Amino acid sequence: MTAAAEHPPEVLMRRPSRLRAILDSDLVYSFLRSKVTVAAAIVTLVIVLAAVFAPYIAPKNPYDLTQISILDSNNPPIWMEGGAWPYILGTDDQGRDVFSTILYGSRQSIAIGLMATLFAGMLGIALGLFAGYAGGTTDAIIMRAADIQSTFPAILIAMLIDGTSRALFGEQRNETVVFWVMVLSIGLSFWVQYARTVRGSTLVEKSKDYVLAARLIGIHPAKILFRHVLPNVVGPVLVIATINLALAIITEATLSFLGLGLPPTQPSLGTLIQIGQKFLFAGEWWIAIFPGITLAALVLAVNLLGDWLRDALNPKLR
Amino acid sequence: MLAFIIRRLLQAIVVMLTVALIAFTLFRFVGDPINMMVGIETTNEDRAQLRQDLGLNDPIPVQFARFVGKAVRLDFGNSYQFKTPVIDLIADRFPATMELAIASAIFSLLIGIPMGVYTALHRRSWLSNIFLAASLIGISLPTFLIGILLIFLFPVTLGVLPSFGRGDVVRLGFWTTGLLTASGLKALVLPAITLGLFQMTLIMRLVRGEMLEVLRTDYIKFARARGLTDRAVNFGHALKNTLVPVMTIAGLQLGSIIAFALITESVFQWPGMGLLFLKAVQNVDIPIMSAYLLLVAFIFVTINLIVDILYAVVDPRIRIDARATA
Amino acid sequence: MTPVLSVQNLRVEFPTRRGVLTAIDDISFDIAPGEVLGVVGESGAGKSITGTAIIGLIEPPGHIAGGQVLLRGSRIDNLPPDEMRRIRGKRIGMVFQDPLTSLNPLYRIGDQLTETITTHTNLSGSQARQKALSLLTEVGIPAPEQRIDNYPHQFSGGMRQRVVLALALAAEPELVIADEPTTALDVSVQAQIIALLKRLCAQHGAAVMLITHDMGVIAETADRVAVMYAGRIAEIGPVRDVIKQPLHPYTKGLMGSIPSLTHDSDRLVQIPGSMPRLTAIPSGCPFHPRCPRAFTPCPTFRPELAPEQNSQVACWLYTPFPVAAAAE
Repeated sequence: MTAAAEHPPEVLMRRPSRLRAILDSDLVYSFLRSKVTVAAAIVTLVIVLAAVFAPYIAPKNPYDLTQISILDSNNPPIWMEGGAWPYILGTDDQGRDVFSTILYGSRQSIAIGLMATLFAGMLGIALGLFAGYAGGTTDAIIMRAADIQSTFPAILIAMLIDGTSRALFGEQRNETVVFWVMVLSIGLSFWVQYARTVRGSTLVEKSKDYVLAARLIGIHPAKILFRHVLPNVVGPVLVIATINLALAIITEATLSFLGLGLPPTQPSLGTLIQIGQKFLFAGEWWIAIFPGITLAALVLAVNLLGDWLRDALNPKLR
Repeated sequence: MLAFIIRRLLQAIVVMLTVALIAFTLFRFVGDPINMMVGIETTNEDRAQLRQDLGLNDPIPVQFARFVGKAVRLDFGNSYQFKTPVIDLIADRFPATMELAIASAIFSLLIGIPMGVYTALHRRSWLSNIFLAASLIGISLPTFLIGILLIFLFPVTLGVLPSFGRGDVVRLGFWTTGLLTASGLKALVLPAITLGLFQMTLIMRLVRGEMLEVLRTDYIKFARARGLTDRAVNFGHALKNTLVPVMTIAGLQLGSIIAFALITESVFQWPGMGLLFLKAVQNVDIPIMSAYLLLVAFIFVTINLIVDILYAVVDPRIRIDARATA
Repeated sequence: MTPVLSVQNLRVEFPTRRGVLTAIDDISFDIAPGEVLGVVGESGAGKSITGTAIIGLIEPPGHIAGGQVLLRGSRIDNLPPDEMRRIRGKRIGMVFQDPLTSLNPLYRIGDQLTETITTHTNLSGSQARQKALSLLTEVGIPAPEQRIDNYPHQFSGGMRQRVVLALALAAEPELVIADEPTTALDVSVQAQIIALLKRLCAQHGAAVMLITHDMGVIAETADRVAVMYAGRIAEIGPVRDVIKQPLHPYTKGLMGSIPSLTHDSDRLVQIPGSMPRLTAIPSGCPFHPRCPRAFTPCPTFRPELAPEQNSQVACWLYTPFPVAAAAE
């Protein structure tokens, strides 16, 4: 009798290393196999890096008044008649270099989008854990609030909070205040989905025996739940987060476009588009269109990554 | 069934009251209503008198009750900016928003549902891939950007279709409609597409997702095993089962459309309620803000209620359960 | 006499990113008209896929990679989709495991019945409804005139499976494939449904391919039984013979693992190990790693079905193996 007959083949193989396991995993496989997703990741990375390193890349700082000259205003992009270096994408009516404004604007858009998503996530997870763990009236109240809030689109809620802050602070809102108000208002409009998912998972875990056992020993069940619920929800939460990030960026851009967000002195991509809209009919399309393309590319890339993540983490589709 | 309806109605009222509370808080406590209403020259005694007359010194619950009472009678006070009754301002702009909302809803359904069905049934065709790519772009573009791009394409570059305003309108009783004039219809096209595009992609992806799920079920497998024609299986069984949840969500989206109309109205300067609200927020005109809030809440809650009841009527399982719990 | 169904060297493959999986590897069997053939085996043996392949409903990218399926002598595995559709329901019927999910919840059962009937016959709407009513009576639904307009969820599990049987038999097929028809039902109801199935098929003259992992059901109902393992048939023969005197070591293990009412045993026989996954099917005879009687040719050479007494069995214990090749 040969050895092969005695032992099944699998036992005779060595266990693969951790790195190999990750590289061979379904996640990485589906990522690399989808050219679209890789392209999306690259685009996102490029925009993010450009935004982070904006002060080093931008030819001129468009918000430093000493660096702009009104004489250079309304120049078209460099490949058209009248365009001039270093204004590769043209200038706006104040003489600001469009390429630079896009870099700085992306910074704001991405920063607010990320912070708002982070805030919404933390708030939602905390409330979800709390509601699931505490149960009873607390749970009912939190879930009712979630139900009521989810009947309204996020943008209305964000507008409301923003408008309220405007009323409360008057016109003296400085730039830091505006930034954090936006993070807060957008974040507050998106916590519900996280809360619901985490609450569901908490309820499932809460009824399991090990929680009861922990209580009997004297360990606070909250600690146990925290440690056991969170790994379970990481997948769905990540998926929600990527969708949310795209929505947060869109919401911020919309609010800025409507004049309720970042002001022209510290613009995001949305503000830039609003400024540019006035010049569309005058034929100076580059002021609005380039920021528009950047915004679209950014959101599209984030959405593609989110789509891939959702498919990759979905056990049903494996 | 009746008990089900009553229960949902009670829930709706609770939501409305909560929103009313928020609106009231906004109205009463954000900024000083008196200072917003009167000029600088008014003396302090007059202000105090006004405060008394308006009942601003009464206990809070009383003020709230009064607020709710007036709201039910559609009395939202006067606008700080225009000094005219808020309800008149809103009523004046209501038809514009509604026409825009309904036009875009119809657009999104008429295009979205067939596209969704097609991409579900023909999963690997190149047309499906194009639709899916387009849908991804549709979801990624913010509404205002779509509006800007459409404006750039049609009125600016090609010179067709207007880029702002509503065109000529015809007054029918209390309603003004743009549907009866050529310029009104032309003015409706770009805003309706802008507003409807996002919804359309949503519906398309929803229909596709649902249909793919349904096509995987055992009863579809059994239907095929019984030799039913493709048409019967796809459009008789699968489509019907798909449309039930889709219809629910589409209905809920109508409320969303009405709210998002505000962005489109801003891009195209469409004279609707949304634009009114926007200006109100910019100028801190609290009465309009709180009235709009209540109105939108009411619309949402009503739509949710109708969709819930409709769902119960169509899906016999819920009907039976509703009766069982009655 | 031409068998109703003749499966010859059927092979079903599923391409995956890890390579091509062979779910069914060269199986052959016949079903005579009116006969009940049981197909038995553990989960993963390929029983359900056999049924699905015969009726032509394998989900892509799975496909029939070799062999033939003949219905009354003519090939059906290579028919264009539209012709295959006409065969389904009309000449081959299929019943699935879970009656709740087998019925469309939004349609009344009467409508589902009449739809099937009008698809395959020329009956008018009202004639079809009459036939539906008589079918419901046949399957034992009480007060059919009232219940015909009910929705599926208004029936109990056993009733639903009766409705499913009615639907499968509505167009008078010659062969009914029943894929675990009682697994999702209460034990008390299982016997009724099996008896109903047998009676109906006998009355309508339909042959039955009864797929199950429950040997008790086979013993009661089937005329012949095929034992499947890892996508192949290990043994096939008359029910009495296979149960009383199993030939293949795997079949012996299966029979030994059934508790007996007639004689005492201290322990149930257990077959060590488990059915191999499709990605790791052993070479030669797939059962050899778990077989208590495995010997020289088993790991290398694959045995084919060969006649032995009243049955056929695929095992080197009964067939001379190529000595010269094995001696290398």
